[in-house]
Amino acid sequence: MWSWVLHRITGVAIYFFLLVHLLDTALIRVSPEAYNAVIGTYKNPIMGIGELGLVGAILFHALNGLRIILIDFWQLGTKYHRAMFYVVIGVWLVLMIGFTPRHLINVFSEGAV
Amino acid sequence: MSIATPSAVETFTVTLIIRRFDPEIDTEPRWQDFDVEMLPTDRVLDALHKIKWEQDGSLTFRRSCAHGICGSDAMRINGRNRLACKTLIKDLDITQPIYVEAIKGLPLEKDLVVDMEPFFQSYREVQPFLIANSKPKEGKERAQSPEQRARYDDTTKCILCAACTSSCPVFWTDGQYFGPAAIVNAHRFIFDSRDESNVRLDVLADREGVWRCRTTFNCSEACPRGIQVTQAIAEVKQAILRGRGA
Repeated sequence: MWSWVLHRITGVAIYFFLLVHLLDTALIRVSPEAYNAVIGTYKNPIMGIGELGLVGAILFHALNGLRIILIDFWQLGTKYHRAMFYVVIGVWLVLMIGFTPRHLINVFSEGAV
Repeated sequence: MSIATPSAVETFTVTLIIRRFDPEIDTEPRWQDFDVEMLPTDRVLDALHKIKWEQDGSLTFRRSCAHGICGSDAMRINGRNRLACKTLIKDLDITQPIYVEAIKGLPLEKDLVVDMEPFFQSYREVQPFLIANSKPKEGKERAQSPEQRARYDDTTKCILCAACTSSCPVFWTDGQYFGPAAIVNAHRFIFDSRDESNVRLDVLADREGVWRCRTTFNCSEACPRGIQVTQAIAEVKQAILRGRGA
C-alpha cells in the first residue's frame, strides 16, 4: 500500500514539474533573454533543495515502476513484491547518498555552475 | 469429596470503540466505547455478542456461522479488514482500545452492516459458474486431472466476505471497479480446464476490470482465507493479454 501511495505522490509531483518545465523551456521561442531571466531565478538554494526533491521523486518513481512491471509480467513477481520494494528503497538510498552531497555543494557554493 | 474445580481462568477487561450509525437518529456515524470482560479464548465476535446481549441490544452486525466460513462478519478491526469470528482478542494489543467499524467502500446501512448489493452485482457479472457447451467425451463426466484442478485451487477458497474488495483503495474511490473478489471468482472458472467460455475475459478487459488494479496488495493481506488475490488478478491480466485462460 505505501509503495503505491508514494508512487502516486511522486507521479503527481513529477507531472507538475513537467508542466512548469515545458512552459519555461518554451520561453526560448519567445526570446532567449526571457528564457535566461526565468532560468536565472531558479539559481537559489530553495530551488536547489527542490531539485533534490525532484531527483528523489523521479528515482523512486522509476525504480518502483520497474518493480510494478515485474509484478505484472514476471511469474514470481507477486510472491516477491515485498522484497522487491526493499530493494527499490535500498537502491534509491544508495543513489541519493551519492547524489545529495555533490548536489548540495554545487547549490551552496556561490557562482558555481 | 468435592468435584475438582478448574482453577479460575484469567479474564481481562478490554475496551471496544465501535463506529455506530443509526440511520433513523444519526446524520453522521459516531464512535461509542464499551468495556467488556473477556477470556483469552474469546474472539472479537464474542465481545460484540456480549455488548449486544448485556449492554446495548441495538448494536447491529452480521454473523451467521461464527466459524470463519460463511463470510458474514468481515469488519474493519484496528484499521484492518478481518473476520470478527477469526480474530482472537488476545492477539490484538489489548492495552489499547480496539477499534471496530464497518468495511469501507460499500454504503453503510447501520452500525457494522453495509449494503453488499454492489459487491454481489460485480460477482454476478463475471458469471461465476461453469459454462460448457460441448458434450462430455465418452461417458457422463468432464474428467479433470489433479494438476488441472490444482491450477485454480487457491481461488476456490473464497467465501465472499468482501474483506478484499473493501480494503482496495481503487474500489474506495471508484465503486464501478469490479474489485478483487469478483476477479478471484472469475479466475476460479477462467483457469478451469472444463470451462469453455471466454466471456469473463471480455467482461474483465473492460476499463473497470482488471486494469484498474494498481497492485497495492491490500486485498492479499486482508483475505481471511489466505488467497493470493493480487497474484490471481495478475494471472487474469496475463490471460487477457494471451486472449485465453486455461
